[in-house]
Amino acid sequence: MDKYLNIDHVSIDFPTPNGPFRALNNVNLKIDKGEFVSIIGHSGCGKSTVMNIVGGLYQATEGGVVLEGKEVNEPGPDRAIVFQNHSLFPWLSCYQNVELAVKSVFGDTRSKQEIRDWVEHNIELVHMSHAKHKMPAEISGGMKQRIGIARALAMEPKVLLMDEPFGALDALTRAHLQDSLMEIQAELNNTVIMITHDVDEAVLLSDKIVMMTNGPSATIGEVMDVKLPRPRKRLELADNPDYNHYRSEVIHFLHERHARKVA
Amino acid sequence: MKDKLINLLELIGFNWFVPVVRLSTGESPKHQVQELGKMVGVPLFAVVVFLLFWHMGAAKIITSLGQVPGPTQVWEQANVLVDEHYQERERELAFYERQEQRNAARLEKDPDAEVTIRPYTGKETFFDQILTSLFTVFVGFLLATLIAVPVGIVAGLSDTIYSALNPLIQVFKPVSPLAWLPIVTMVVSALYVSENPLFEKSFVTSALTVTLCSLWPTLINTAVGVSSIDKDLINVARVLRLNYITTVWKVVIPASIPMIFTGLRISLGIGWMVLIAAEMLAQNPGLGKFVWDEFQNGSSSSLSRIMVAVLTIGIIGFILDRITLSFQKFFSYDKNAVIR
Repeated sequence: MDKYLNIDHVSIDFPTPNGPFRALNNVNLKIDKGEFVSIIGHSGCGKSTVMNIVGGLYQATEGGVVLEGKEVNEPGPDRAIVFQNHSLFPWLSCYQNVELAVKSVFGDTRSKQEIRDWVEHNIELVHMSHAKHKMPAEISGGMKQRIGIARALAMEPKVLLMDEPFGALDALTRAHLQDSLMEIQAELNNTVIMITHDVDEAVLLSDKIVMMTNGPSATIGEVMDVKLPRPRKRLELADNPDYNHYRSEVIHFLHERHARKVA
Repeated sequence: MKDKLINLLELIGFNWFVPVVRLSTGESPKHQVQELGKMVGVPLFAVVVFLLFWHMGAAKIITSLGQVPGPTQVWEQANVLVDEHYQERERELAFYERQEQRNAARLEKDPDAEVTIRPYTGKETFFDQILTSLFTVFVGFLLATLIAVPVGIVAGLSDTIYSALNPLIQVFKPVSPLAWLPIVTMVVSALYVSENPLFEKSFVTSALTVTLCSLWPTLINTAVGVSSIDKDLINVARVLRLNYITTVWKVVIPASIPMIFTGLRISLGIGWMVLIAAEMLAQNPGLGKFVWDEFQNGSSSSLSRIMVAVLTIGIIGFILDRITLSFQKFFSYDKNAVIR
């Protein structure tokens, strides 16, 4: 119970015309401060639902989420979310998107200059200072997601939630962003929950991989600690036996023990 | 400089003028002449063909008021209407001058004499009617916007409120202005009682009829626009714990501006159509009354004068639509969206 973030026996039912549909059943997970946790599973298994419950967007039917001793029951900036499709406001420039977040979280406690510096700092962190005054429509998908990450980081969240953050990007851009994320993580040491369906991404980035069974009534199948030393380098890991071992563990889980019935 | 001018022209809908600007700076003359031909030449040709058909067709129909007027007669009457306007203004000026002279003379005799300036009560000219109509439609449309946009936003944000309002919207939307008019007239007569009213009763009636009829497209488009906002954007607002008002200002309104303006354009178009009908039926001052008066007048030039009014109504409607379109382009975040 003294863990930083405690997902405590969470179940959720969604109402349907044929009675409640149990999407998640008895999900139990404890996360330490500064831990990077990936949740992996087939699509439709409810991994995003877990994240939405932690984020406070959904309410658990049974059980609950406790963050630093306080129960979570509504969304808030202490659990910032990076959405899959970046979800930047298209009518605001990159700078203004981050600024809106900083102003709504720190508007009362920080001076104008402090807010400005903090916005600039976070944009610099994701290497986007050169395009900060561009509109989201004018930059690439990868750049949009960088700003999405900057916006979330700027809220100084206790837990950073990422919902398949790189799922919509091409492989090369994805690799760049993963490297950037590792860099930022080394510096800030945030507590992160990342939803993904990419095995390499999960092994490369995580301290802990949570593998989910298929729905309905999805739950946690296995939890695997990834004990690769940091900083991790993509190239060196390619031939690392430990890395490949972790990788094959996840693949076996996903495609042997819990293969999807219908592809 | 040139690019700014071109942007401005595109914003206000003068796209056809862009090739002229490019041509004047010597930018790829051949291509620009082609563009100009496409943008100006083709529509111009169509207008000429239309005038030709009108001219030939009109000559064949004889009504009790004489031949249906062709383009030339209509043009003549347009000039007559302009002349009449200036004559009326001269008469008005002369009237006030005479008054002033008379008052000055009276004051000279007796410095304590009470002098009053009486307003000129001459016939309203065609241009007075246009201004009255424009002002009426503007007030009615503004009122409709002030009601429809907030209600649309609230309805778009809440399914419950939307289902509550939906039957009312669907029933009242198709009602013709002519059906509203008697009710509005009676209600205005009953409620709008004042010693020296700020506005004429007839003006209030027309404006309210415009409001009642032009409310619906804005309301529906706003509600649809608001309810179709990307759920993730709303979730961002929830994560940031923006309150209801801030969410509406910072997220909901900017996101649904394109749909709101689409609604406003339809509303203004309907409002303008409704206004003419209402003025005709209720004898409220304005272009509709002008048409009706000319019809009752039944002189040999009446049909031509009505035709002038018809064209004027069309051109003003077109200009109003262009103005809203420019506003839509100006306020929309997606400057590249194709809006017609």
